Amino acid sequence: MTVGAGPRLARGEHGLQRAGDSPVRRVSLWQRLRRRALAVYAFLALAYLFTPIAYLTVFSFNDSGKSNIVWKGFTLDNWKNPCGAPDVCTALGNSLKIGVISTTVATVLGTMIAFALARHRFRGRTATNLLIFVPMATPEVVLGASLLTLFLNFRVPLGMGTIIVAHVMFCISFVVVAVKARIASLDPALEQAAMDLYATEVQTFRRVTLPLVAPGIAAAALLSLSLSFDDFIITFFNSGNVNTFPKFVYVSALRGIPAQAYVIGVAMFYLALLIVLVAEVLRHRRERALH
Amino acid sequence: MAGALLSDHPTGDLRLDRLVKRFGAFVAVDDVSLTVPKGSFFALLGPSGCGKTTTLRMIAGLEEPTAGSIHLGTLDITSAKPYRRPVNTVFQNYALFPHLDVFENVAFGLRRRRISRVREQVMAALDLVEMTHLARRRPAQLSGGQQQRIALARALVNQPRVLLLDEPLGALDLKLRRQMQLELKRIQVEVGITFVHVTHDQEEAMTMADTVAVMNQGRIEQFGPPTELYGAPRTTFVANFLGQSNLVPGRRVSGGGSHLIPVDCNGQTVLLPDDRCMTSADQVLVGVRPEKVHLLPAGMNPPTGHNRLVGGRVADASFTGVSTQYLVAMPWGQDLTVFAQNVGRGGPVPVGAAVTLGWEPEHTFGLEGETGTPAGRDARVTARMR
Ligand SMILES: Nc1ncnc2c1ncn2[C@@H]1O[C@H](COP(=O)(O)OP(=O)(O)OP(=O)(O)O)[C@@H](O)[C@H]1O
Ligand SMILES: [Mg+2]
Repeated sequence: MTVGAGPRLARGEHGLQRAGDSPVRRVSLWQRLRRRALAVYAFLALAYLFTPIAYLTVFSFNDSGKSNIVWKGFTLDNWKNPCGAPDVCTALGNSLKIGVISTTVATVLGTMIAFALARHRFRGRTATNLLIFVPMATPEVVLGASLLTLFLNFRVPLGMGTIIVAHVMFCISFVVVAVKARIASLDPALEQAAMDLYATEVQTFRRVTLPLVAPGIAAAALLSLSLSFDDFIITFFNSGNVNTFPKFVYVSALRGIPAQAYVIGVAMFYLALLIVLVAEVLRHRRERALH
Repeated sequence: MAGALLSDHPTGDLRLDRLVKRFGAFVAVDDVSLTVPKGSFFALLGPSGCGKTTTLRMIAGLEEPTAGSIHLGTLDITSAKPYRRPVNTVFQNYALFPHLDVFENVAFGLRRRRISRVREQVMAALDLVEMTHLARRRPAQLSGGQQQRIALARALVNQPRVLLLDEPLGALDLKLRRQMQLELKRIQVEVGITFVHVTHDQEEAMTMADTVAVMNQGRIEQFGPPTELYGAPRTTFVANFLGQSNLVPGRRVSGGGSHLIPVDCNGQTVLLPDDRCMTSADQVLVGVRPEKVHLLPAGMNPPTGHNRLVGGRVADASFTGVSTQYLVAMPWGQDLTVFAQNVGRGGPVPVGAAVTLGWEPEHTFGLEGETGTPAGRDARVTARMR
């Protein structure tokens, strides 16, 4: 604050000499504008970002009946009974199940691939490094369509299984990239120090490598979960008649989305926000305690 | 795991035998043979990139030797896994575990070997380095000097047979460095473990170590007690890396006393003890340390029996407090260095004055070297570049 005041004042004085008449007023107006500019800009940007969420929040309390488009009055019914609309909770359950399973599989496989790529030299390593990026770079529509062709050709019945296979496929790339970056930033001297301190290869991995890479793995898992939960396009191609939450919302958009879907969306958003806040507060406390 | 450790054997000296390490075509460590006596403080000294860390890593088991062997007493540890060697390392950058606090860092080795009374031993080790009050801090919350002590405690707590220290004081400022040098030396005497201390600071090596090995380009140039290395260097590299040396090219001539070799240096004859002459060739580099040389006004002679070089002219004099450093230009185009103690006898010799240099033959050493080339130039350049 004090640092910023210096140059600002200096520039103001400069303008004062040039302007000549009623300098005091003009300077303070200019100053006030400059000072507010960032705040105004930040407010507008945040408003832009959060308007849909605010809208979502408000309309989750709408006493809507079938279609949740026009405000018809406040009610807590939607929140009391989020599974009230037909199929909404089945879809949600499916999405969560798919999310958890494909995240687990993708995280385990992706972490193993990341270690292999980061630590070992083998034939085809460079090729693997490149190929890992392909699912990220390919348009989702193309991925979804080609996967569908593949499943149809091999006569794999579409359903939960095919969705999970598809999700693991695109999540794995993100996991590999995130975990590999974390491994690359690891100081090799740490593992050597562990071996020097009587830790066998397995103990070194468990006590030093894994804990140090863990934040990367956790971040990758969270990313996978949200990618999987969010995915509509690829899922739409390969789901057969299994409903997921995004698919449910999309399909019911034609007839009018039930307010219960809003409730679930809003609840997820605030849950995520809460987790972030709690983590932040805990981190702050821990740092405080040390000083 | 504890049973698998190779430490239950009778211990003894650490012996490196014809150790070689190649990285591709590059030879990082070239035929190194060394014996580090049990319980001694051994310093490995050399310029950057000469292979010190590589040597240490082979002793620790973090690098596999291309050839040669490493013994600890009668035990061959050449290809033993690092976690099976009774050897611990203080790494060049400490390598403390960032996810563990100070206590757990120090306890790491004990826990891996399932040793009992962890708490007591960790606290004793922390006490030794005066860090008990910070036991619950994370490494990131410590200063460089504190991290260094934790790294030391983490290694020492295991009571290894050999402790390897890779430039552990490199990151510290001069004052803390001196303090830690004394502390390290005290701890070494207290615990009686063999210390192998890597450094490129010759002063540090000489003040701390019982034995110093000077390494250059993967080879050991010379090793022995600091006084011996300083007084009788065997190569131009050692002569210039350990302090400064005046090296005057000369040629052996006949005559001389019982144990003194006369050498002709550009027309002037100086004497050199034969047991301090490292070459049997005719061409000899005559060496003398700058503080051993006396500066006399031209025309005056040093006491009889002393070596003498006439025809010098003071080219530069820099006053450093305790001593004055003179650069004396000799008739054959070489600048020799003289350190004169400021003991208050007369004023400093003015620049431009004609002088004679004198010193005792016992302080002279003879090295192998080509006549005519500026002696030890290459070595001096390397030494500066560190
Ligand atoms: N893994 C490696 N691959 C190839 N060359 C290496 C490797 N490790 C070390 N070297 C080379 O071996 C030589 C010796 O390295 P080393 O780390 O032992 O030097 P050092 O004496 O410890 O130097 P410093 O004082 O700078 O730490 C250097 O020239 C270095 O480039
Ligand atoms: Mg080194």
